[in-house]
Amino acid sequence: MTTTATRPGGGEERAAISARTLRTDRWWLAPLVTFIGLGAWVTYATVRVFMHKWFWVEEFHYLTPFYSPCLTDRCGDAAMFGTPLPNFFLIPEAAFTLPFLLLFRLTCYYYRKAYYRAFWLSPPACAVPDGHKSYSGETRFPLIFQNAHRYAFYAAMVISVINTWDAVLAQSTGLGLGNVILWVNVIMLWAYTLSCHSCRHIAGGRLKHFSKHPVRYRFWTFVSKLNTRHMQLAWITLGTLALTDFYIMGLAAEWFSDLRIIN
Amino acid sequence: MKRHFRVWRGDASGGDLRDFDVEVNEGEVVLDIIHRLQATQAPDLACRWNCKAGKCGSCSMEINGMPRLGCMTRMSTFTEDETITITPIRTFPVIRDLVTDVSFNYEKARETPAFAPPPGVAPGDYRMQQVDVERSQEFRKCIECFLCQNTCHVIRDHDENKPAFSGPRFFIRAAELDMHPLDDREDRKEHAQASQGLGYCNITKCCTEVCPEHIKITDNAIIPMKERVVDRRYDPLVWLGRKIFRRDELESASTKPSFPPIVNPSTANPSTVNPPMSSARLPQTAPVGPDGHMDIAELVAPQQGGLSPFGEDLEFPLPPEQIAYHHPDPDKTPDR
Repeated sequence: MTTTATRPGGGEERAAISARTLRTDRWWLAPLVTFIGLGAWVTYATVRVFMHKWFWVEEFHYLTPFYSPCLTDRCGDAAMFGTPLPNFFLIPEAAFTLPFLLLFRLTCYYYRKAYYRAFWLSPPACAVPDGHKSYSGETRFPLIFQNAHRYAFYAAMVISVINTWDAVLAQSTGLGLGNVILWVNVIMLWAYTLSCHSCRHIAGGRLKHFSKHPVRYRFWTFVSKLNTRHMQLAWITLGTLALTDFYIMGLAAEWFSDLRIIN
Repeated sequence: MKRHFRVWRGDASGGDLRDFDVEVNEGEVVLDIIHRLQATQAPDLACRWNCKAGKCGSCSMEINGMPRLGCMTRMSTFTEDETITITPIRTFPVIRDLVTDVSFNYEKARETPAFAPPPGVAPGDYRMQQVDVERSQEFRKCIECFLCQNTCHVIRDHDENKPAFSGPRFFIRAAELDMHPLDDREDRKEHAQASQGLGYCNITKCCTEVCPEHIKITDNAIIPMKERVVDRRYDPLVWLGRKIFRRDELESASTKPSFPPIVNPSTANPSTVNPPMSSARLPQTAPVGPDGHMDIAELVAPQQGGLSPFGEDLEFPLPPEQIAYHHPDPDKTPDR
């Protein structure tokens, strides 16, 4: 049968489909897992940060990353940079670094996807309607400040150096399971920090001619390889951070003792 | 064996999901089922398709709510008792059944400034290194199926954002040209931010999820473009550096060619659009006759089959003296 094409541009209406989404797979599972995972981690971290104890193992010089660098009078021997901050229950021991770490993860290109989907439902999953009437994205206050991610990245680089130093100091007492855990955590933190999209841009992504900058091109290639794992590293570091902190809390509270390999 | 399908039938005035039981054989894809439906039960079912190989980007549809290509969705991915729902893509106005009017995308394409080589470099004289052009080549894989445009919630769920937002397909175009070693335009970042609506994207990555060519739209195009925009607009240190070292003035003082500013045809005065070196042309409507229908091309064409893209007066092979080809080895000349 022969029909001629109707004129394009004639229709102005979308197809009248009453169902909000016709997806039949379990599209709600991924945002739900993200919601539970991030929610649980934030709860644990908040409780730990405001606990103000069990953060330092005197015997082996283990300091939990949640309290590094330790800057209040409670720190005792854990203080590396003096104790300029007063004892006040609302001031975390690492009050100068935690806000930057929080910003680094809040403005991270992966976490943005995770919490826009799981917490803000904008959208909860692909081809599932947005939970909001209007939408302006990251074009205006406050979300326009997501563009400051690279500054949080610079801060995170400095904090990674401090965490590395913590691991080195703990090494001076010998070798135990705690040292291994600290090192794994530090290596994963470096991998997560270096795999950042801003880092990829700064390393070489901003260039137009890679051939004129062979060293930066190689660094960009390295960061690009890490960058494909940015999501996995984001979750792995949440895990290693919580595990490191829990292990040191357990040692400090004397729930269990460190498994020593040397000394 | 027969399987159960629900297919949306209707047009701009309304429509609904109709039930069909269709024979499905081993190795078939959803587009084969649409064709069987047309052959057996619904001869007037409208559907766009061309290559059946996932390379033309015509058969975009939503299968069980997910934007996909009909020809690349195997029936073996569904269980045998599963009802398969097929609808037109939602973001664009429907013409009939599974066919939608995607002219939004062509309008946005016209607003994107074209490739601008440096002055004095003619086509044929373009020389670039593979490492430089590699990133742009990923984006050339785009088949323009517009599944990313369809799934992007910025316009899918908020139709009012359509004038301000170009969508993922044109962000990869912007990134492709901004990363291109021979593109001389300097204002693509500003254009992406101010006219394409890059800031609307909240990088929830659905465009990457649905891309049938597996282009890493978000990681390799949108985020690098966002970072490039940050360089220009949001980074106070870069801004300060540009002021202190007077890079702005140096750049404008050097012999950079000045391209005409990019004009958005939807907002500009019609007399000022269509500057040279820009593809900001006004949209053209299809050539329709008095009855509102287009001609059937094959009946009015002087010969059968498609017209040659090189023009009807050109014959192949070309005479060798007309070919501007130089062998990379200077000792060798073309055989003929």
